[in-house]
Amino acid sequence: MGILDKHKILETNATLLLAGSFVVVTIGGIVEIAPLFYLENTIEEVDGMRPYSPMELAGREVYLREGCYVCHSQMIRPMRDEVERYGHYSLAAESMYDHPFQWGSKRTGPDLARVGGRYSDEWHVLHFIDPQSVVPESVMPKYGYLLNREIDPEHIQDIMATNRIVGVPYTDEMIENAVVDFNAQIDPFGDGFDALLERYPGAQIRNFDGEDGISEMDALIAYMQMLGTLVDFSTFTPAESR
Amino acid sequence: MSDNSNPNENEPETTGHEWDGIREYNNPLPRWWVWIFYATIIWGLGYTIAYPAWPLIERATPGLLGFSTRAQVAEDIAAVEEANAALKAQLAEVDLTTLGENEDLASFAVNAGASVYLANCSQCHGSGAAGAVGFPNLLDDAWLWGGTIDEIAYTVTHGIRNEQSFDAHWSEMPAFGRDEILSDGEIGQVVQHVLAISGQEHDAAAAEAGSVLYLDQCASCHMDDGGGDMVLGAPALNDAIWLYGGDADTITESIYYSRFGVMPAWSEEFRPSSGLDQAEINAVAAYVHQLGGGQ
Repeated sequence: MGILDKHKILETNATLLLAGSFVVVTIGGIVEIAPLFYLENTIEEVDGMRPYSPMELAGREVYLREGCYVCHSQMIRPMRDEVERYGHYSLAAESMYDHPFQWGSKRTGPDLARVGGRYSDEWHVLHFIDPQSVVPESVMPKYGYLLNREIDPEHIQDIMATNRIVGVPYTDEMIENAVVDFNAQIDPFGDGFDALLERYPGAQIRNFDGEDGISEMDALIAYMQMLGTLVDFSTFTPAESR
Repeated sequence: MSDNSNPNENEPETTGHEWDGIREYNNPLPRWWVWIFYATIIWGLGYTIAYPAWPLIERATPGLLGFSTRAQVAEDIAAVEEANAALKAQLAEVDLTTLGENEDLASFAVNAGASVYLANCSQCHGSGAAGAVGFPNLLDDAWLWGGTIDEIAYTVTHGIRNEQSFDAHWSEMPAFGRDEILSDGEIGQVVQHVLAISGQEHDAAAAEAGSVLYLDQCASCHMDDGGGDMVLGAPALNDAIWLYGGDADTITESIYYSRFGVMPAWSEEFRPSSGLDQAEINAVAAYVHQLGGGQ
């Protein structure tokens, strides 16, 4: 009687079978998932990544709420056609502050990982109001109502604190000044300009939707315009081990 | 199937397992299936040896073949770059004004430029380059910042009124109404004058009054006759080509609030992750230049 002949014990004892299955799945998980947390080349170090500014984060919340990820990916794969069309392939580091990540799984619209800076703010406003007015062949729905929805930073500190719990390195100072920074990003002539840039280098500061007040359109465009622009690719050399 | 009269006659032997009176037939899998199954296991092991797979302390095993997706994409790009290296190098260096003299290079530039255009420019200027409200038509011979091939290349490189390049084209029309430079009545008169010089129906008396205001406030950029000034990106007002619209309401809006059209800078100098290199800029300039309106 080899060990294989004893499977009757497992097969006739549901609890034992369940425990055994759990052990097997756990081994699979440990081998496939656990190494990603300690292997040094999972997320390579790059210059320029920083957590989202409060306004960008608010825009990202709008992006999540509207389900943009259903039609748009944020993941330029390392293939020639994608690199030629969208720019440098995405790096793991570029979504390390995304919880959850926005890689997406289907492209009805184009990839947005490097949409930042490609189009003017005005184009984004017109395009959100009526995508077909600038891209007649588009099937994107209209999002003009974002212009009419004023956005209030009352929850922004909570959102940042929550992100900090899951590992985004927001400092106490960042969370304390969240509301100030939130308002400062829409006002290029305001007092908060330098402090915002100090905390969030490379943040773009202007009235994104061109209208008075802070609307969800402002936040979403602030998010669009920073996507894929943070990493300094002039100093980036891809690790050979990938 | 065989004769059913005696169901037990052709029954295979059982494995000897029994549970609540249920017995298990000993029906082994076909041999060919089993051997393919074993073969996939061996293949799988070989695969993990040949390709990156097993996680170790610092990194995963690199695999005997040394495969890397990044190396592969770099290789793919290098292969194409190499095939076009001579043309691309020439294109990056070429004096655009004499591009037409080299037929091969010009043809390469226009074709390469077409794909650069579709990937990067068509979202605003349209896939057929006919533009949209607020985004200039590139097919006609009306140019805001210059329509020679050099000027087009400059505009692509630095863009217009953006914060990315210090050398971006820049000008800003005053918001005559919002900033209370002109009263609503005066704006109405200027609108009538603009309608007049663009050959549309207008109120002659108001246009006459408006012409004085026009010479004071508008002519320094848009010129006395409304011909515009490409140095300042001031559009011609004396033709039927309008960026935002030529009806009285839209002209009123343009004068009241002003316009501030922005074009991003496309050089990789300003956007290293997704910008265009010099050869691509020259290519797209050549493409746009030959669309119909190039000067």
